[in-house]
Amino acid sequence: MTMDLIASLAGLAADSPVRALLARREDIMDLTEKSRQAVLTPADPGGLSHTVRALIAVRAAERLGDPVLRDHYFDQFSHGEGAYDLADLVDPARRPDDPWLGAVFDHADRLTRQPRTARQSDIETLQRAGVSDADIVRLAELAAFLGYQARLISGLRLMEAAQ
Amino acid sequence: MKPAVHHYTTDVLDWRPFVTPVKLEEATPAQREALKITPANKKISDYVLVLAHDPESLLHRSPLFNAIMYGRDGLDHGGRELGAIGSSIVNRCVYCIAVHARHYNQATKTTAVVEEIFAKELDATLPDREQSIFDFSSKLSAFPPAASADDVARLRDKGLTPLETLDLILSTAIFGWANRLMHTLGEPIPAG
Repeated sequence: MTMDLIASLAGLAADSPVRALLARREDIMDLTEKSRQAVLTPADPGGLSHTVRALIAVRAAERLGDPVLRDHYFDQFSHGEGAYDLADLVDPARRPDDPWLGAVFDHADRLTRQPRTARQSDIETLQRAGVSDADIVRLAELAAFLGYQARLISGLRLMEAAQ
Repeated sequence: MKPAVHHYTTDVLDWRPFVTPVKLEEATPAQREALKITPANKKISDYVLVLAHDPESLLHRSPLFNAIMYGRDGLDHGGRELGAIGSSIVNRCVYCIAVHARHYNQATKTTAVVEEIFAKELDATLPDREQSIFDFSSKLSAFPPAASADDVARLRDKGLTPLETLDLILSTAIFGWANRLMHTLGEPIPAG
């Protein structure tokens, strides 16, 4: 069942009535899972490796103050190729020395915390740092998916608590 | 160059990208599949052509968006649009608001709710049911998400079933996604 990950992240009990509701939205849960794979582990990752994507997700979950989501993505990150060299960066307060990665993380952070402040100059900053237009779109899809997933899970937890 | 639109409106707007859209004649097979190119569908917006830079995401997000916003049972269309508007106000996606305020007004055959939200944003005073939906969606859209058990209880008190509440969570959440694309990869301009 593709809804298992969302149900698990939301902490739904095995016999929770909320699971029965999710089953009635099975098509949506199935597309949510396919979308997760498309942004976290795409067949064509472009300039954003699977490890860097998982790292961006760890940092976003940390910013969101969501330890369950954070542990889920940390597990994925720590099994990724090259994770050892990036391990310091799981702390979202740390900024990479590499200008390309620094620009990518700054923008991911903006999309997580305050997308309303985004301007054309933010895209120009990414372009000046050498981030391609395709990678800018890939980054936006990843950060935006994480915003969707965090709010879906947060809402489901409220429903579960209301049972 | 036309100046960008920064105020709330229900006018039809165009969208000007900050990155170069994929050129249709240069699209890869994966991009063509995600763009659903058919002889009947030759006119594709710049927004979708920008998203075609990441065809794997586009391929699944488009049907996900449609399933959430236009599902047959559960929360009525106006309720889903109000969830979309709550998120779009928090994230100040002027283009998203224009489209979905229009859809809300069409679905409900009203304009007062949208006018009040345009005037007072998160301080809008709305009829009880609409207030409970708008408050829930705007709080869930905050960073970090701030909807509470009280907000869920208020939805139930105003007659939303658990399935309808789930549909509201989904429409709010999918706009957490859509706003972060549309508001950050380009900007709205007057149409025409």
